[in-house]
Amino acid sequence: MKIHEYQARGILRQYGLPVPAFDVVTTPGDARKAAAKMGGPVVVKAQVHVGGRGKAGGVKLAANQDEAVRHADAILGMDIKGFTVEKVLVAGAVDIESEYYVGIVVDRATKKPVYMVSAAGGIDIEEVARETPEKIHKFAVDPEGGLTAEQAKALASKIESRPGVSAQVADCIAKLYEAFVSVDASLAEINPLVVTPSGEVMAIDAKINIDDNALFRHEDIAAMRDPGGETPELKRARETGLSYVKLEGNVGCLVNGAGLAMTTMDLIKHYGGEPANFLDIGGSSSPTKVVTALEIITGDPNVRSILINIFGGITRCDDVANGLVQALAQTDIDIPIVVRLTGTNEEAAREILAEHEFTTAETMDEAVEKAVGLARRDS
Amino acid sequence: MSIFADETTRVCVQGITGRDGAFHAKGMLDYGTKVVSGVTPGKGGQEVEGVPVFNSVSEAVERTGANTSIAFVPARFATDAILEAAEAGVRLIVAVSEGIPTLDVARIYQRLGVLGTRMIGPNCPGIISPGKAKVGIMPGRIHSRGSVGVVSRSGTLTYEVVDQLGRNGFGQSTVLGIGGDPIIGTNFIDALEAFEADPETEAVVLIGEIGGTDEEQAAEFVRSSMRTPVVSFIAGRTAPPGKRMGHAGAIIAGGKGTAQEKIEALRAADIPVADRPSEIPALIKGALGRGA
Repeated sequence: MKIHEYQARGILRQYGLPVPAFDVVTTPGDARKAAAKMGGPVVVKAQVHVGGRGKAGGVKLAANQDEAVRHADAILGMDIKGFTVEKVLVAGAVDIESEYYVGIVVDRATKKPVYMVSAAGGIDIEEVARETPEKIHKFAVDPEGGLTAEQAKALASKIESRPGVSAQVADCIAKLYEAFVSVDASLAEINPLVVTPSGEVMAIDAKINIDDNALFRHEDIAAMRDPGGETPELKRARETGLSYVKLEGNVGCLVNGAGLAMTTMDLIKHYGGEPANFLDIGGSSSPTKVVTALEIITGDPNVRSILINIFGGITRCDDVANGLVQALAQTDIDIPIVVRLTGTNEEAAREILAEHEFTTAETMDEAVEKAVGLARRDS
Repeated sequence: MSIFADETTRVCVQGITGRDGAFHAKGMLDYGTKVVSGVTPGKGGQEVEGVPVFNSVSEAVERTGANTSIAFVPARFATDAILEAAEAGVRLIVAVSEGIPTLDVARIYQRLGVLGTRMIGPNCPGIISPGKAKVGIMPGRIHSRGSVGVVSRSGTLTYEVVDQLGRNGFGQSTVLGIGGDPIIGTNFIDALEAFEADPETEAVVLIGEIGGTDEEQAAEFVRSSMRTPVVSFIAGRTAPPGKRMGHAGAIIAGGKGTAQEKIEALRAADIPVADRPSEIPALIKGALGRGA
């Protein structure tokens, strides 16, 4: 789960990292109050779950309260890559002498949290990794023992040589790791971590992603979920336990299992069509899940045909068939449906579906070819 | 032979009194697997499908000689259940549970390394050595005994491939789903290494998907260390970047982990890559012809 920068700053502050004073507001009037509270120049930043806010004009420096109001007015309501800005962060601006990158990710290859630090902060770290990988220092942390004070010091010394400043950086590195573990993050980064001309170290941007699997033990963080940017279909899918990703094509698909669902999309493309979505109904299917899934798919105006591809293991084919019949009874679906059900209880499923008119298929290839053909004919 | 599970496998089902645990305990018994015990804390003394239930894995190990555990435990209790099984001395743990926090899995992995216990999963369908043992939730009847090893990050896609192999007369030595999470106990390389050492396995199907670099590392391992032929399939050619495709680990992050990169790495290592699952039997036929 992504959280906003202001929420990430809150977490950093909670774990004792030096963060300039900040506030999050939804109106230009409140931006004035916030700027007045900060007392000097402030930075006004759009709070949306998308990168490249600066380039899109969603980040502005304001010298005084009037400018803060003007910037907040311009940024609030702005559309950044399809996301409407509903909140802005107003934070005290800081003079910058040098900028560093410090971040932690869960690394799949080493199966450990890996710390990355770089003296090349303030810019896109993925670009640094591509162009000048030698500028990034990595360290895999023992997930049982955690990060020791010595290891934090050693990491800090890679990017900052002045003893007094380096000690502050080491402190930030240690505290960021503590925050990372405590909130079950999958990524936590400060970019940049800055040094002011007076030698003070501060975190002036923060990004934290939370491991969805761990949200059950962090009610406070789960409550940070921003439904903005989540379409009604996505929300419904999430609440029903369906994995759904909307795409641009016209062949809707309903599949059990993530790998099979991706493969179904790939085959649609292979046979000259374009998938309208990824949809995995998961393992233990119920008729209700199938009804909801069909409603989500048919709610997409691009969809010209629907492909149902089920390989029953734990998923029972008769459950899927019952859901399909229920969905058809409840709503008038005038989009052609191709059904391929195989595996657990497929005979029972066939009986349930026999009274209804569906295009059926024996194999996945045949089902996809038929669905692609129907989408083309109908469009 | 086969890998990781065979006729010596004696299974303890953790969470056997739960709905999924009981259902799949029966499925494994019906297949002929030696399910010797179950564990649910506080329910020791009961029986499920004729299998004795104990309060702890160590008791189950001591009393019934279980050497393998399969955990049907809700994600929030799974970490403790897996560590308990490892400390009790089983040699293999199959973690079916989906949704275990990633940092917990990282800690489990470290601890299991110290204890010398193998974990398959989490978030996986398990492992089956046809005719010998099924430790998982896959439909047993689509599998048949033979010489093709199958290792996959997926569940139902694996069933699809196994079904097509069977229809074309290719039985399997062992089929294992290693799981869809970012951190898993057994990687492609671990399975490939075991298949390479298994005299019964004459060819291997590797089924990968977007996310991470496990397939790339596997390709390098096949090139440098394997004589057994390997064929492959990668799911997710049409997956958009930055979106999680069902599995927690199936995501193209920062432009890395695309199907294209994986396919290129596999082809560079001389591993045939099927465009569709239905092409896999023909690739296996070719690989066995060449290998024979």
